[in-house]
Amino acid sequence: MSEFKSNNAVIKWIEYRMPIFSFLDHAIGRGYPTPRNLNYWWNFGSLAGVALVIMIATGIVLAMQYTAHVDLAFDSVERIMRDVNYGWLLRYIHTNGGSFFFIVVYVHIFRGLYYGSYKEPRELLWILGVAILLLMMATAFMGYVLPWGQMSFWAATVITNLFSAVPVFGNEIVTWLWGGFSVDNPTLNRFFALHYLLPFIIVGVVVLHIWALHRFGSNNPVGIDAKGPQDKIPFHPYYTIKDAFGFGVFFVAFAAVVFYAPNMFGEPDNYIPADRLSTPAHIVPEWYFLPYYAILRAVPDKLLGVIAMFGSVCVLFVLPWIDRSPVRSARFRPIYKQFFWIFLADCIVLGYIGANPPEGMFLIVGRIATAYYFLHFVIMFFLSYVERPRPLPSSISEPVLKGGGATAGAAAKPMEKA
Amino acid sequence: MKRLLTAAVAVLALGSGTAEAAEGAALPDHSWSFEGIFGTFERHEVQRGFQVYREVCSACHGLRLVAFRDLEALGYDEDALKALAAEYTFRDGPDDQGEMYERPGTPADYFPSPFPNAKAAAASNNGAAPPDLSLIAKARKGGPSYVRALLTGYEDPPADVKLPEGASYNRYFPGHQIAMPPPLSADAVDYADGTPATVEQMATDVAAFLMWTAEPNLEERKAMGIKVLIFLLVFTGVLYAAKRKIWADLH
Repeated sequence: MSEFKSNNAVIKWIEYRMPIFSFLDHAIGRGYPTPRNLNYWWNFGSLAGVALVIMIATGIVLAMQYTAHVDLAFDSVERIMRDVNYGWLLRYIHTNGGSFFFIVVYVHIFRGLYYGSYKEPRELLWILGVAILLLMMATAFMGYVLPWGQMSFWAATVITNLFSAVPVFGNEIVTWLWGGFSVDNPTLNRFFALHYLLPFIIVGVVVLHIWALHRFGSNNPVGIDAKGPQDKIPFHPYYTIKDAFGFGVFFVAFAAVVFYAPNMFGEPDNYIPADRLSTPAHIVPEWYFLPYYAILRAVPDKLLGVIAMFGSVCVLFVLPWIDRSPVRSARFRPIYKQFFWIFLADCIVLGYIGANPPEGMFLIVGRIATAYYFLHFVIMFFLSYVERPRPLPSSISEPVLKGGGATAGAAAKPMEKA
Repeated sequence: MKRLLTAAVAVLALGSGTAEAAEGAALPDHSWSFEGIFGTFERHEVQRGFQVYREVCSACHGLRLVAFRDLEALGYDEDALKALAAEYTFRDGPDDQGEMYERPGTPADYFPSPFPNAKAAAASNNGAAPPDLSLIAKARKGGPSYVRALLTGYEDPPADVKLPEGASYNRYFPGHQIAMPPPLSADAVDYADGTPATVEQMATDVAAFLMWTAEPNLEERKAMGIKVLIFLLVFTGVLYAAKRKIWADLH
């Protein structure tokens, strides 16, 4: 963890004029001290970065072949699939890349929830992360509209119509969003423009996210601050190689889907060209929006449903102030740990409900799960006062698992090795 | 690590959970040659399927995303494709005099659709326009198995079902009332390779052909996937070994 040094004349020449090498060294090199006990759940941040790069790289090439016009969009995508060299590969990487991006980011978020990574002094880091999630959702939604299949068109219609719930100006807002009186060519054009723009805004917010991260460094599985140099190891080579191994595992899973189940996440209806006269039997969003869709439909009032849907994400912005427990890691919070798993299960139930029509049992379960989603945050608030955390280890490097934390660490213990 | 995998499986399962309850009857199982990691199209099957499309389906259904040249992948040579394309007539132009003219097709042309537009198609077909078949095997739940099941799924309606004029009853069609009359009957085509043209045989063949029209790069994709996965597995193994070695001094 010494200062950056090099004997290479070219590097020294550049470094003197623009200290980019020492900058990188402090960002991802030997000059970035990192807690020594990060487990594999900490891989998902860098994986999200990789997913973003894959999406931008394939997206730019696809944009060279895509035509944003209601009469041509569907066929231009099929032309990419059939006639463009390796177009099928680029497109399947891009469509499935969206799903994998969300898988990775959701794991990343739940890791933050479990280990209390949103707590002081990392509140801003967390808030920037929630902002990235919102930007990703907007980007993914607009990207889904571009192939102009049946689900593209009807998803655009349903989601933009949500804004008509806004009091007084609702219909004017929707007309303004559409650029007309229905989802049509102006809508497709602006969605394409924004779908191209937003990823670069995400890159910008990611830079801020990493900047904020480097102020205090990564949280860690025991959630206590490093007490001295024995608690930290240099990012390079320890975490560069650990992240690289994680990339390998990610790429294996990603390639398996791209090459052997490329339409697994998609809806068959999106291979039917958009037809405004024929509504699909079930309009469903992509899987990563299903929990929000379930929340939207669980609330009988349209406006309140929309507020609940956006609120389900936006509540995360204030999470650092809802959860007032000074202990970060759920390993030392026996009651919170139970509620964490219940909350995760609740989100999965909401996803399942979102995929099914809102009737009968689905509607009842959806309403209970929606209520519980918000109740969880109320519970977290009061839990902060009621719960008696287990004793914290005195330092990261102390072999905590031998002591009082044996039961708490039992689940995560096997992962820490490897 | 185990937990990581469990979580990944759970997330993937969530994705596949989007499938809705089928409204038609459960599809009968059929094992296709193009399934699995090493799947390829069975050339004779797909060629027979093409014959069924041409002689039966094409009367009402288009195949607008497929060009004659694409059929080269099914084992037809260039001369055969030129001859095939030339059987169709295309309106082209304007020529130097500003006149539209008719010309025989070339391999670069796409299969012409049987109706000039959806309205005309609907008007000639009892109000329901026959869908273009280029992507049908990807545009329906169940894919080629659904196409095969649908074509063999015609039966007499149950006593309590009253069908509207011109509709037929199909086990596998969502809602069971289908506007398409039973398209296949035994020996509707005469297979050159002597395969008996039963309804089930023709349905299977044409479903395989339509899988090819929907996913013409399937063979290339699967062949590339093996190489990519083998490389990634070995490379990831190397990375894991490197990780163990680098971390060895910490444990």
